[in-house]
Amino acid sequence: MWTWFHRLASPPAFYRLADRYAPWLGWASLLLIAYGLVGGLVLAPADYQQGDAFRIIYVHVPAAWLSLFGYMVMASAAFVAIVWRIKLAECVVVCAAPVGASFTALALITGMLWGKPMWGAYWVWDARLTSELVLLFLYLGVIGLNESFEDARTAARACGLLALVGVVNVPIVHYSVEWWNSLHQGSTVSKIGKPSIAPAMLWPLLSMSVGCMTFFGWAVIRRVQNELLLRERHTAWVKERLMSAGV
Amino acid sequence: MIAGFGAALMRELGLAMRHKGDWLMPPLFYLIVVTLFALGGKPNDPHLSAFAPAILWMGALLSALLTLDRLFRGDFDDGTLEQVFLSSTGPLAVVYAKLIGHWILSGLPLSLLAAPLALQLGVPAQALPALLAGLLLGTPMLSLIGGFTAALTVGLPRAGVLLPVLVLPLIGPIVIFGAGAARAALSGLSPAGPLYLLGSLLVLGLCLLPLTATAALRNSFD
Repeated sequence: MWTWFHRLASPPAFYRLADRYAPWLGWASLLLIAYGLVGGLVLAPADYQQGDAFRIIYVHVPAAWLSLFGYMVMASAAFVAIVWRIKLAECVVVCAAPVGASFTALALITGMLWGKPMWGAYWVWDARLTSELVLLFLYLGVIGLNESFEDARTAARACGLLALVGVVNVPIVHYSVEWWNSLHQGSTVSKIGKPSIAPAMLWPLLSMSVGCMTFFGWAVIRRVQNELLLRERHTAWVKERLMSAGV
Repeated sequence: MIAGFGAALMRELGLAMRHKGDWLMPPLFYLIVVTLFALGGKPNDPHLSAFAPAILWMGALLSALLTLDRLFRGDFDDGTLEQVFLSSTGPLAVVYAKLIGHWILSGLPLSLLAAPLALQLGVPAQALPALLAGLLLGTPMLSLIGGFTAALTVGLPRAGVLLPVLVLPLIGPIVIFGAGAARAALSGLSPAGPLYLLGSLLVLGLCLLPLTATAALRNSFD
Protein backbone atom coordinates (compact mmCIF):
# COMPACT_ATOMS: atom_id res chain seq x y z
CA MET A 1 0.00 0.00 0.00
CA TRP A 2 2.84 2.35 0.80
CA THR A 3 4.90 1.67 -2.31
CA TRP A 4 3.24 4.44 -4.37
CA PHE A 5 3.88 6.80 -1.48
CA HIS A 6 7.55 5.93 -1.33
CA ARG A 7 7.86 6.16 -5.10
CA LEU A 8 6.24 9.61 -5.10
CA ALA A 9 8.58 10.76 -2.33
CA SER A 10 11.66 9.96 -4.37
CA PRO A 11 12.91 13.18 -5.98
CA PRO A 12 13.30 11.97 -9.61
CA ALA A 13 9.84 10.37 -9.64
CA PHE A 14 8.23 13.45 -8.13
CA TYR A 15 10.04 15.67 -10.62
CA ARG A 16 8.70 13.66 -13.58
CA LEU A 17 5.14 13.61 -12.21
CA ALA A 18 5.27 17.35 -11.45
CA ASP A 19 6.45 18.08 -14.98
CA ARG A 20 3.47 16.21 -16.34
CA TYR A 21 0.71 17.56 -14.07
CA ALA A 22 1.78 21.02 -12.84
CA PRO A 23 0.83 22.75 -16.14
CA TRP A 24 -2.76 21.50 -15.69
CA LEU A 25 -2.90 23.12 -12.27
CA GLY A 26 -1.46 26.31 -13.74
CA TRP A 27 -4.05 26.53 -16.54
CA ALA A 28 -6.90 25.62 -14.19
CA SER A 29 -5.92 28.41 -11.81
CA LEU A 30 -5.63 30.91 -14.70
CA LEU A 31 -9.14 30.09 -15.97
CA LEU A 32 -10.73 30.03 -12.50
CA ILE A 33 -9.12 33.33 -11.46
CA ALA A 34 -10.07 34.95 -14.78
CA TYR A 35 -13.72 33.91 -14.34
CA GLY A 36 -13.65 34.94 -10.69
CA LEU A 37 -12.27 38.40 -11.48
CA VAL A 38 -14.68 39.12 -14.34
CA GLY A 39 -17.63 37.66 -12.44
CA GLY A 40 -16.76 39.44 -9.23
CA LEU A 41 -15.57 42.83 -10.47
CA VAL A 42 -17.97 43.27 -13.44
CA LEU A 43 -20.93 40.88 -13.47
CA ALA A 44 -21.88 40.62 -9.77
CA PRO A 45 -24.37 43.24 -8.53
CA ALA A 46 -23.18 45.91 -6.09
CA ASP A 47 -23.78 45.25 -2.41
CA TYR A 48 -26.86 46.97 -0.95
CA GLN A 49 -24.88 48.33 1.96
CA GLN A 50 -21.21 48.51 0.96
CA GLY A 51 -21.75 49.45 -2.72
CA ASP A 52 -18.93 48.65 -5.10
CA ALA A 53 -16.36 48.67 -2.31
CA PHE A 54 -17.40 45.15 -1.32
CA ARG A 55 -15.77 43.83 -4.52
CA ILE A 56 -12.40 43.68 -2.79
CA ILE A 57 -13.82 40.55 -1.13
CA TYR A 58 -12.88 38.66 -4.30
CA VAL A 59 -9.20 39.16 -3.51
CA HIS A 60 -9.29 39.53 0.27
CA VAL A 61 -11.18 36.39 1.28
CA PRO A 62 -9.32 33.94 -1.01
CA ALA A 63 -6.00 35.44 0.11
CA ALA A 64 -6.95 35.09 3.77
CA TRP A 65 -8.10 31.48 3.28
CA LEU A 66 -4.91 30.67 1.43
CA SER A 67 -2.80 32.20 4.21
CA LEU A 68 -4.24 29.59 6.61
CA PHE A 69 -4.35 26.80 4.01
CA GLY A 70 -0.69 27.48 3.15
CA TYR A 71 0.30 27.31 6.80
CA MET A 72 -1.51 24.00 7.23
CA VAL A 73 0.24 22.62 4.13
CA MET A 74 3.57 23.80 5.53
CA ALA A 75 2.90 22.37 9.00
CA SER A 76 1.69 19.00 7.64
CA ALA A 77 4.78 18.76 5.46
CA ALA A 78 6.85 19.69 8.51
CA PHE A 79 5.30 16.84 10.49
CA VAL A 80 6.08 14.37 7.67
CA ALA A 81 9.60 15.77 7.31
CA ILE A 82 10.38 15.42 11.02
CA VAL A 83 8.77 12.04 11.63
CA TRP A 84 9.79 10.22 8.44
CA ARG A 85 12.71 12.41 7.34
CA ILE A 86 11.42 12.57 3.76
CA LYS A 87 13.49 14.95 1.65
CA LEU A 88 10.54 15.96 -0.51
CA ALA A 89 8.53 17.07 2.55
CA GLU A 90 11.48 19.17 3.72
CA CYS A 91 11.44 20.94 0.35
CA VAL A 92 7.68 21.53 0.64
CA VAL A 93 8.15 23.22 4.07
CA VAL A 94 10.78 25.58 2.70
CA CYS A 95 8.95 26.29 -0.58
CA ALA A 96 5.45 26.79 0.86
CA ALA A 97 6.61 29.52 3.28
CA PRO A 98 7.25 32.35 0.75
CA VAL A 99 4.01 31.64 -1.16
CA GLY A 100 2.00 31.54 2.05
CA ALA A 101 3.69 34.71 3.31
CA SER A 102 2.71 36.50 0.06
CA PHE A 103 -0.94 35.50 0.46
CA THR A 104 -0.87 36.64 4.12
CA ALA A 105 0.58 40.01 3.12
CA LEU A 106 -2.03 40.30 0.34
CA ALA A 107 -4.83 39.53 2.81
CA LEU A 108 -3.52 42.16 5.25
CA ILE A 109 -3.08 44.85 2.57
CA THR A 110 -6.47 44.29 0.91
CA GLY A 111 -8.02 44.17 4.38
CA MET A 112 -6.52 47.55 5.22
CA LEU A 113 -7.79 49.02 1.93
CA TRP A 114 -11.24 47.61 2.67
CA GLY A 115 -11.17 48.78 6.26
CA LYS A 116 -10.64 52.46 5.40
CA PRO A 117 -14.00 53.04 3.61
CA MET A 118 -15.97 50.62 5.84
CA TRP A 119 -14.58 51.16 9.34
CA GLY A 120 -12.93 54.55 8.79
CA ALA A 121 -9.49 53.22 9.73
CA TYR A 122 -6.82 51.25 7.92
CA TRP A 123 -5.97 49.26 11.01
CA VAL A 124 -7.67 48.36 14.26
CA TRP A 125 -6.11 46.28 17.04
CA ASP A 126 -8.60 43.52 16.82
CA ALA A 127 -8.22 39.78 17.34
CA ARG A 128 -8.46 38.72 13.72
CA LEU A 129 -6.16 41.41 12.33
CA THR A 130 -3.59 40.91 15.06
CA SER A 131 -3.51 37.13 14.75
CA GLU A 132 -3.20 37.40 10.96
CA LEU A 133 -0.25 39.76 11.48
CA VAL A 134 1.33 37.21 13.84
CA LEU A 135 0.81 34.61 11.11
CA LEU A 136 2.82 36.81 8.74
CA PHE A 137 5.61 37.09 11.34
CA LEU A 138 5.62 33.29 11.72
CA TYR A 139 6.01 32.86 7.96
CA LEU A 140 8.82 35.44 7.91
CA GLY A 141 10.47 33.68 10.86
CA VAL A 142 10.48 30.39 8.94
CA ILE A 143 11.95 32.11 5.86
CA GLY A 144 14.58 33.89 7.96
CA LEU A 145 15.53 30.73 9.84
CA ASN A 146 15.91 28.84 6.57
CA GLU A 147 18.17 31.55 5.18
CA SER A 148 20.56 31.44 8.15
CA PHE A 149 21.59 27.78 7.94
CA GLU A 150 24.32 26.52 5.64
CA ASP A 151 23.11 22.93 5.46
CA ALA A 152 19.78 22.76 3.62
CA ARG A 153 18.46 19.66 5.42
CA THR A 154 19.21 20.95 8.94
CA ALA A 155 17.59 24.23 7.93
CA ALA A 156 14.46 22.53 6.65
CA ARG A 157 14.00 20.47 9.82
CA ALA A 158 14.57 23.51 12.05
CA CYS A 159 11.95 25.39 9.99
CA GLY A 160 9.64 22.42 10.34
CA LEU A 161 9.87 22.48 14.15
CA LEU A 162 9.17 26.22 14.19
CA ALA A 163 6.21 25.76 11.86
CA LEU A 164 4.79 23.04 14.12
CA VAL A 165 5.08 25.18 17.26
CA GLY A 166 3.46 28.10 15.42
CA VAL A 167 0.48 26.00 14.35
CA VAL A 168 -1.37 27.00 17.56
CA ASN A 169 -1.97 30.35 15.87
CA VAL A 170 -4.06 28.86 13.05
CA PRO A 171 -7.22 28.07 15.06
CA ILE A 172 -6.83 31.46 16.79
CA VAL A 173 -6.99 33.25 13.41
CA HIS A 174 -9.86 31.10 12.21
CA TYR A 175 -12.11 31.39 15.26
CA SER A 176 -11.08 34.88 16.38
CA VAL A 177 -14.29 36.35 14.94
CA GLU A 178 -16.41 33.95 16.97
CA TRP A 179 -14.40 33.96 20.21
CA TRP A 180 -14.02 37.71 20.64
CA ASN A 181 -16.23 40.66 19.88
CA SER A 182 -14.56 41.80 16.71
CA LEU A 183 -15.01 44.67 14.30
CA HIS A 184 -14.18 42.21 11.54
CA GLN A 185 -17.37 40.88 9.99
CA GLY A 186 -18.26 37.24 10.51
CA SER A 187 -18.09 34.53 7.91
CA THR A 188 -20.46 34.87 4.95
CA VAL A 189 -19.61 31.76 2.99
CA SER A 190 -18.86 28.73 5.07
CA LYS A 191 -22.28 28.40 6.72
CA ILE A 192 -23.04 25.06 5.17
CA GLY A 193 -26.35 24.83 3.35
CA LYS A 194 -27.36 28.46 3.62
CA PRO A 195 -24.58 30.95 2.94
CA SER A 196 -25.54 34.56 3.69
CA ILE A 197 -24.42 35.73 0.28
CA ALA A 198 -26.34 35.87 -3.03
CA PRO A 199 -25.47 33.17 -5.61
CA ALA A 200 -24.39 35.76 -8.22
CA MET A 201 -21.82 37.01 -5.70
CA LEU A 202 -20.96 33.55 -4.35
CA TRP A 203 -19.91 31.74 -7.52
CA PRO A 204 -17.12 34.13 -8.54
CA LEU A 205 -15.85 34.05 -4.95
CA LEU A 206 -15.70 30.25 -4.89
CA SER A 207 -14.06 30.28 -8.32
CA MET A 208 -11.45 32.75 -7.06
CA SER A 209 -10.78 30.63 -3.98
CA VAL A 210 -10.34 27.37 -5.89
CA GLY A 211 -8.27 29.30 -8.46
CA CYS A 212 -5.99 30.66 -5.73
CA MET A 213 -5.69 27.20 -4.22
CA THR A 214 -4.63 25.67 -7.54
CA PHE A 215 -2.27 28.60 -8.04
CA PHE A 216 -0.76 27.85 -4.63
CA GLY A 217 -0.35 24.19 -5.59
CA TRP A 218 1.21 25.13 -8.93
CA ALA A 219 3.60 27.67 -7.43
CA VAL A 220 4.71 25.36 -4.60
CA ILE A 221 5.24 22.40 -6.95
CA ARG A 222 7.32 24.51 -9.32
CA ARG A 223 9.39 25.87 -6.42
CA VAL A 224 9.88 22.36 -5.05
CA GLN A 225 11.12 21.26 -8.47
CA ASN A 226 13.72 24.04 -8.50
CA GLU A 227 14.71 23.28 -4.91
CA LEU A 228 15.16 19.59 -5.80
CA LEU A 229 17.39 20.47 -8.75
CA LEU A 230 19.49 22.67 -6.49
CA ARG A 231 19.78 20.17 -3.63
CA GLU A 232 20.39 17.14 -5.81
CA ARG A 233 22.68 18.89 -8.27
CA HIS A 234 25.43 16.30 -7.75
CA THR A 235 23.23 13.28 -8.39
CA ALA A 236 22.97 11.32 -11.61
CA TRP A 237 19.29 12.02 -12.35
CA VAL A 238 19.75 15.78 -12.29
CA LYS A 239 22.79 15.56 -14.58
CA GLU A 240 20.88 13.29 -16.95
CA ARG A 241 17.94 15.66 -17.02
CA LEU A 242 20.14 18.68 -17.64
CA MET A 243 21.96 16.83 -20.43
CA SER A 244 18.69 15.87 -22.11
CA ALA A 245 17.43 19.45 -21.77
CA GLY A 246 20.59 20.59 -23.57
CA VAL A 247 21.97 22.77 -20.75
CA MET B 1 15.57 10.97 35.57
CA ILE B 2 14.70 12.97 38.72
CA ALA B 3 18.30 12.75 39.98
CA GLY B 4 19.59 13.86 36.57
CA PHE B 5 17.18 16.79 36.60
CA GLY B 6 18.27 17.82 40.11
CA ALA B 7 21.96 17.56 39.30
CA ALA B 8 21.56 19.57 36.08
CA LEU B 9 19.53 22.26 37.86
CA MET B 10 22.14 22.56 40.64
CA ARG B 11 24.83 22.85 37.97
CA GLU B 12 22.95 25.68 36.24
CA LEU B 13 22.52 27.58 39.50
CA GLY B 14 26.11 26.89 40.56
CA LEU B 15 27.46 28.21 37.29
CA ALA B 16 25.28 31.31 37.66
CA MET B 17 26.66 31.93 41.17
CA ARG B 18 30.16 32.13 39.70
CA HIS B 19 29.19 34.54 36.91
CA LYS B 20 27.02 36.97 38.83
CA GLY B 21 26.99 39.51 36.00
CA ASP B 22 25.03 37.11 33.80
CA TRP B 23 21.90 37.28 35.92
CA LEU B 24 22.35 40.65 37.63
CA MET B 25 22.46 42.54 34.33
CA PRO B 26 18.90 41.72 33.07
CA PRO B 27 17.19 43.29 36.15
CA LEU B 28 19.40 46.35 35.78
CA PHE B 29 18.47 46.52 32.07
CA TYR B 30 14.79 46.22 33.08
CA LEU B 31 15.13 49.11 35.51
CA ILE B 32 16.74 51.30 32.82
CA VAL B 33 14.17 50.41 30.13
CA VAL B 34 11.23 51.26 32.39
CA THR B 35 12.89 54.50 33.51
CA LEU B 36 13.49 55.52 29.91
CA PHE B 37 9.83 54.84 29.06
CA ALA B 38 8.80 57.18 31.88
CA LEU B 39 11.36 59.78 30.77
CA GLY B 40 10.08 59.58 27.18
CA GLY B 41 6.61 60.69 28.25
CA LYS B 42 5.43 63.92 29.79
CA PRO B 43 6.74 64.41 33.37
CA ASN B 44 4.18 63.03 35.85
CA ASP B 45 1.76 62.16 33.07
CA PRO B 46 -1.43 60.72 34.65
CA HIS B 47 -1.87 58.45 31.58
CA LEU B 48 1.36 56.63 32.42
CA SER B 49 -0.38 54.19 34.78
CA ALA B 50 -2.72 53.14 31.94
CA PHE B 51 0.28 52.14 29.84
CA ALA B 52 2.15 50.64 32.82
CA PRO B 53 1.09 46.99 32.19
CA ALA B 54 2.36 47.15 28.60
CA ILE B 55 5.63 48.85 29.62
CA LEU B 56 6.28 46.41 32.49
CA TRP B 57 5.52 43.38 30.32
CA MET B 58 7.62 44.47 27.36
CA GLY B 59 10.51 45.45 29.64
CA ALA B 60 10.44 42.04 31.36
CA LEU B 61 10.33 40.18 28.03
CA LEU B 62 13.19 42.16 26.50
CA SER B 63 15.31 41.70 29.65
CA ALA B 64 14.71 37.94 29.72
CA LEU B 65 15.68 37.77 26.03
CA LEU B 66 19.18 39.04 26.85
CA THR B 67 20.36 35.78 28.37
CA LEU B 68 18.55 33.41 25.98
CA ASP B 69 21.27 33.19 23.36
CA ARG B 70 23.70 31.81 25.95
CA LEU B 71 21.28 29.18 27.27
CA PHE B 72 22.60 26.23 25.23
CA ARG B 73 25.52 27.84 23.38
CA GLY B 74 28.33 27.28 25.91
CA ASP B 75 27.45 23.63 26.45
CA PHE B 76 26.95 23.13 22.71
CA ASP B 77 30.30 24.65 21.77
CA ASP B 78 32.41 22.73 24.33
CA GLY B 79 30.70 19.39 23.66
CA THR B 80 28.92 18.99 27.02
CA LEU B 81 25.55 18.85 25.31
CA GLU B 82 26.68 16.05 23.02
CA GLN B 83 27.69 14.01 26.06
CA VAL B 84 24.29 14.70 27.63
CA PHE B 85 22.58 13.27 24.54
CA LEU B 86 24.78 10.16 24.74
CA SER B 87 24.27 9.66 28.50
CA SER B 88 21.92 7.04 29.93
CA THR B 89 19.68 9.67 31.57
CA GLY B 90 18.79 11.12 28.19
CA PRO B 91 18.59 14.78 27.27
CA LEU B 92 15.02 15.61 28.33
CA ALA B 93 15.77 15.99 32.07
CA VAL B 94 18.70 18.30 31.31
CA VAL B 95 16.63 20.38 28.87
CA TYR B 96 13.92 20.75 31.56
CA ALA B 97 16.58 21.76 34.10
CA LYS B 98 18.08 24.35 31.75
CA LEU B 99 14.69 25.89 30.93
CA ILE B 100 13.57 26.02 34.57
CA GLY B 101 17.02 27.29 35.59
CA HIS B 102 16.68 30.09 33.04
CA TRP B 103 13.36 31.09 34.56
CA ILE B 104 14.71 31.05 38.14
CA LEU B 105 17.60 33.30 37.09
CA SER B 106 15.69 35.70 34.79
CA GLY B 107 11.88 35.44 34.91
CA LEU B 108 11.56 35.17 38.69
CA PRO B 109 13.76 38.17 39.68
CA LEU B 110 12.26 40.25 36.85
CA SER B 111 8.71 39.46 37.98
CA LEU B 112 9.54 40.43 41.55
CA LEU B 113 11.27 43.62 40.41
CA ALA B 114 8.11 44.55 38.50
CA ALA B 115 6.31 45.32 41.79
CA PRO B 116 8.42 48.36 42.84
CA LEU B 117 8.62 49.48 39.20
CA ALA B 118 4.81 49.35 38.95
CA LEU B 119 4.50 51.61 42.01
CA GLN B 120 7.00 53.96 40.35
CA LEU B 121 4.75 54.15 37.27
CA GLY B 122 1.76 55.00 39.44
CA VAL B 123 -0.05 51.65 39.38
CA PRO B 124 -2.46 51.48 42.36
CA ALA B 125 -1.60 48.82 44.95
CA GLN B 126 -4.81 46.82 44.34
CA ALA B 127 -3.66 46.02 40.79
CA LEU B 128 -0.28 44.66 41.93
CA PRO B 129 -1.34 41.04 42.73
CA ALA B 130 -2.83 40.59 39.24
CA LEU B 131 0.28 42.06 37.60
CA LEU B 132 2.61 39.84 39.66
CA ALA B 133 0.52 36.70 39.14
CA GLY B 134 0.45 37.37 35.40
CA LEU B 135 4.21 37.84 35.24
CA LEU B 136 4.87 34.74 37.37
CA LEU B 137 2.68 32.67 35.03
CA GLY B 138 3.86 34.35 31.82
CA THR B 139 7.63 34.60 32.20
CA PRO B 140 8.08 30.78 32.40
CA MET B 141 6.47 30.66 28.95
CA LEU B 142 9.13 33.06 27.71
CA SER B 143 11.84 30.75 29.05
CA LEU B 144 10.12 27.76 27.37
CA ILE B 145 9.46 29.39 23.99
CA GLY B 146 12.78 31.20 24.09
CA GLY B 147 14.59 28.02 25.08
CA PHE B 148 13.02 26.23 22.12
CA THR B 149 14.15 28.97 19.70
CA ALA B 150 17.59 29.09 21.30
CA ALA B 151 17.81 25.34 20.69
CA LEU B 152 16.78 25.86 17.04
CA THR B 153 19.52 28.43 16.44
CA VAL B 154 22.29 26.98 18.64
CA GLY B 155 24.18 25.62 15.63
CA LEU B 156 24.32 29.05 13.99
CA PRO B 157 27.43 31.12 14.71
CA ARG B 158 25.50 34.40 14.74
CA ALA B 159 21.94 33.91 15.93
CA GLY B 160 21.87 37.37 17.57
CA VAL B 161 18.99 39.20 15.88
CA LEU B 162 17.25 36.11 14.56
CA LEU B 163 16.41 34.89 18.07
CA PRO B 164 14.17 37.80 19.19
CA VAL B 165 12.51 37.87 15.76
CA LEU B 166 11.51 34.23 16.20
CA VAL B 167 10.52 34.50 19.89
CA LEU B 168 8.42 37.66 19.97
CA PRO B 169 5.59 36.61 17.58
CA LEU B 170 5.17 33.34 19.50
CA ILE B 171 5.00 35.22 22.80
CA GLY B 172 2.15 37.46 21.53
CA PRO B 173 -0.74 35.64 23.28
CA ILE B 174 1.17 35.67 26.59
CA VAL B 175 1.54 39.46 26.43
CA ILE B 176 -2.13 39.90 25.52
CA PHE B 177 -3.43 37.82 28.44
CA GLY B 178 -0.74 38.88 30.94
CA ALA B 179 -1.09 42.60 30.37
CA GLY B 180 -4.85 42.01 30.02
CA ALA B 181 -5.03 40.65 33.58
CA ALA B 182 -3.21 43.72 34.92
CA ARG B 183 -5.46 46.06 32.89
CA ALA B 184 -8.57 44.29 34.17
CA ALA B 185 -7.37 44.79 37.76
CA LEU B 186 -6.52 48.45 37.01
CA SER B 187 -10.10 49.11 35.89
CA GLY B 188 -11.52 47.25 38.90
CA LEU B 189 -12.57 44.05 37.06
CA SER B 190 -11.68 40.48 38.00
CA PRO B 191 -8.38 39.35 36.42
CA ALA B 192 -9.27 35.64 36.88
CA GLY B 193 -10.17 34.92 33.22
CA PRO B 194 -6.88 35.95 31.59
CA LEU B 195 -4.92 34.41 34.46
CA TYR B 196 -6.63 31.02 33.96
CA LEU B 197 -5.81 31.23 30.23
CA LEU B 198 -2.18 32.04 31.05
CA GLY B 199 -2.06 29.08 33.42
CA SER B 200 -3.46 26.68 30.83
CA LEU B 201 -1.00 27.95 28.20
CA LEU B 202 1.81 27.39 30.70
CA VAL B 203 0.71 23.78 31.33
CA LEU B 204 0.55 23.16 27.58
CA GLY B 205 3.98 24.72 27.05
CA LEU B 206 5.53 22.89 29.99
CA CYS B 207 4.42 19.56 28.51
CA LEU B 208 5.27 20.11 24.84
CA LEU B 209 7.99 22.73 24.43
CA PRO B 210 10.86 20.86 26.20
CA LEU B 211 10.19 17.96 23.80
CA THR B 212 10.40 20.20 20.73
CA ALA B 213 13.48 21.91 22.21
CA THR B 214 15.15 18.50 22.57
CA ALA B 215 14.25 17.67 18.96
CA ALA B 216 15.68 21.03 17.86
CA LEU B 217 18.93 20.39 19.73
CA ARG B 218 19.22 16.93 18.18
CA ASN B 219 18.71 18.51 14.76
CA SER B 220 21.57 20.95 15.46
CA PHE B 221 24.04 18.09 15.85
CA ASP B 222 23.47 16.81 12.31
